[in-house]
Amino acid sequence: MRFAFTDEQLWFRDAVRDLLDKECPPEAVRYAWVNHDGRADHAWEALAEMGVIGLTVSEAYGGLGLTDLDLVLLLEETGRVALPEPIVETTAVAAPLLEAVGSDDLKAAWLPRIAAGEAIVAVGFVGTPFVLHANVADLLVLEREDRLFALPADRATIEQQPSVDGARRLYTVDWNRNDEIPLVSGTEGWHQVNAAFDRGALGTAAQLLGLADHLLAVTVDYVKQREQFGVPVGSFQAVKHHLADALLQLEFARPVVYHAAYSMAHGLDTRSRDVSMAKCYASRAASLVARKALQCHGAIGYTVEYDLHLWMKRVWALAASWGDASYHRRRVALDVLGPPTGPSGPELRNRSAHA
Amino acid sequence: MDLTWSEREERFRDECRAWLAANVPPEPLPSGDTREGFALHLEWERKLYEARWAVVSWPPEYGGRGASLWEWLIFEEEYYRAGAPQRVTQNGVFLLAPTLFEFGTQAQKDRYLPRMAAAEDLWCQGWSEPNAGSDLAGIKSRAVRDEAAGGWRLTGQKTWTTRGAFCTHLFGLFRTDPQAERHRGLTYFLVPLDTDGVTVRGVGRLDGDEGFAEVFFEDAFVSDDCVLGGVNEGWNVAMATTSSERGLTLRSPGRFTATAARLVELYHQRAREADPSVRDDVIQGWMDAEAYRLYTLADVTNIVEGRPPGARSSLNKIWWSELDVRLHETALALLGAHGELVAGAPEAVEGGAWMKGYQFALSGPIYAGTNEIQRNVIAERVLGLPRR
Ligand SMILES: Cc1cc2nc3c(=O)[nH]c(=O)nc-3n(C[C@H](O)[C@H](O)[C@H](O)COP(=O)(O)OP(=O)(O)OC[C@H]3O[C@@H](n4cnc5c(N)ncnc54)[C@H](O)[C@@H]3O)c2cc1C
Repeated sequence: MRFAFTDEQLWFRDAVRDLLDKECPPEAVRYAWVNHDGRADHAWEALAEMGVIGLTVSEAYGGLGLTDLDLVLLLEETGRVALPEPIVETTAVAAPLLEAVGSDDLKAAWLPRIAAGEAIVAVGFVGTPFVLHANVADLLVLEREDRLFALPADRATIEQQPSVDGARRLYTVDWNRNDEIPLVSGTEGWHQVNAAFDRGALGTAAQLLGLADHLLAVTVDYVKQREQFGVPVGSFQAVKHHLADALLQLEFARPVVYHAAYSMAHGLDTRSRDVSMAKCYASRAASLVARKALQCHGAIGYTVEYDLHLWMKRVWALAASWGDASYHRRRVALDVLGPPTGPSGPELRNRSAHA
Repeated sequence: MDLTWSEREERFRDECRAWLAANVPPEPLPSGDTREGFALHLEWERKLYEARWAVVSWPPEYGGRGASLWEWLIFEEEYYRAGAPQRVTQNGVFLLAPTLFEFGTQAQKDRYLPRMAAAEDLWCQGWSEPNAGSDLAGIKSRAVRDEAAGGWRLTGQKTWTTRGAFCTHLFGLFRTDPQAERHRGLTYFLVPLDTDGVTVRGVGRLDGDEGFAEVFFEDAFVSDDCVLGGVNEGWNVAMATTSSERGLTLRSPGRFTATAARLVELYHQRAREADPSVRDDVIQGWMDAEAYRLYTLADVTNIVEGRPPGARSSLNKIWWSELDVRLHETALALLGAHGELVAGAPEAVEGGAWMKGYQFALSGPIYAGTNEIQRNVIAERVLGLPRR
């Protein structure tokens, strides 16, 4: 038994952290709110060069062929800097999915380009109806009413759906049915689709950890230097307790998320349930940390001049996407407790849904 | 990362599971916080000792099996899964013992550890005083040097001493240098309760058990070798004990995952009558117990690899204590009108165990340092916020 990352994994994480500090400072996130495409300038290319974008693509197609376990720490880093790029969609969700269910032609056409950082894939699943960064995508992977298909992005008509987070360019997508490339059939294929959905939830959970970590760190710094009544406000017990609770929730979400990555990487039977726990915990923890961060900043945190809102809004957006905390809690409940006896809510995705 | 148990650990699990299956009392024992219950618990703990399961992580020469931290976790998981009783010797075994291993002289270890393992010496914890609760450094009980007799004379009062009325020994802090700074002039003493000048008086608890005691000291004489860890060094020694109390050694995840599993069973029996919203609480409780288990696996990895948790053990304390309350609250919500029935009520579910457990769980956020204090510790020592 050993529940910790290897030195190599941590080393890779540190290298990605350094790179993102350079390529995605707060100004870059702020700029993504107002520029034409909603992206940071050079971060994607730099990440691709390091192998991060193609991390899940197999070596045969020019990627690193690594696993969810290697990816989880890196996605956490992309959350820490609020990276405005569809890396969860492209690297965590689409690449493994295309590799698992795509035809040889499709794989040969797209995977090497994804690995090189030349192609962006945007995805839309049932339950995640708005397609992030469809405006800059080269390929769309869409699930609609029991069908999953790929669609070259130039065949789609897109309409923007502004998000609370200005760096998340969201779209609804329309297209002509003849342009679709069908991707899956059969039970095994749908298992892969469900696994892809799980990867989206897991990747988002990892980003939420990073976001929360950042919010807590800047808040701790702030309350140490902000003085009222002649002392730092961080010396007041009420403030301390807010932040101790924030740390508590964050630190208990962390192993749950890492464990889910392990389950995915090792194909454990419990992986869907483990991912749902991860997303549930990460959504709850990050939302709480955001709430506490704002409260402890007082009015300055309530302005758009100050950077805090960039991170908080990303938390709100991600906490709700790929299934919110109560959606995932219900999925765990279905697995552990069986079907509810009382009235139930909207249908849940589980691994037998399409079998 | 490798989240699998080795073959050796699996064998260890099989071995303890088999022994527990054959030996755990079929009916739950009465509360160990009553005199009669305590005696029955001791019979059980002596049986554990005979089979060398009482102190699995200790070295063999003191009655243990030299089990690794991992094996200890496995044992605890199996212990509670088998429905075995909570340990009435826990203050000695889980709190004093780690401190003795770290600070005790060879003679102290040889004298106390084997008898503690065998449940012959029974230890209670003497920290709190009527005017020193959260502010432990405010204790007034004092120890005055008696040069001629080669020892110390203890005077003062301890309170809220768990199972003090049934124990044979007490460990606790006494002020040895009234001139020194509050945290400096304290010494950690090991005191036989049959010493002349010591009086123990039982005090009833919230749940009706007699399990608390007040302990009075009037010039009670103890010899020099009852000092643990050096004169005026008591604060540092005591802090080692309290971090055991908050963190792993007192509250391994097995107890909570077992309680969560019982809660899931109860859900299946009662879901039909229960409010649908309780389903959410059941699953959240189940997940929170699981999260504690995962957190612990990471924690133990860190400890094994030489990165001790330090003040982070306050995170454990808040998590397990608040989890325990929520699990029991949820069970009571499932029980509805049956929730108020206690032991002896013919209609009581599981002999009223959930209400009993609830009352005990409520003390978790208070003992071992209140959760308000833990939040202060986290803020100041983990997050580095300023003190006032
Ligand atoms: C079931 C049980 C078993 C126990 N067993 C033992 C035992 O075996 N041996 C032993 O020595 N003691 C034992 N105790 C006592 C326990 O350690 C104390 O109750 C605890 O330390 C709190 O002290 P107090 O009760 O005096 O509360 P107080 O210290 O008077 O606190 C009252 C309230 O004020 C809050 N408060 C105090 N100071 C601060 C602060 N600085 N910041 C924020 N809030 C603060 C507290 O959190 C609490 O909510 C036991 C208690 C219980 C409930």
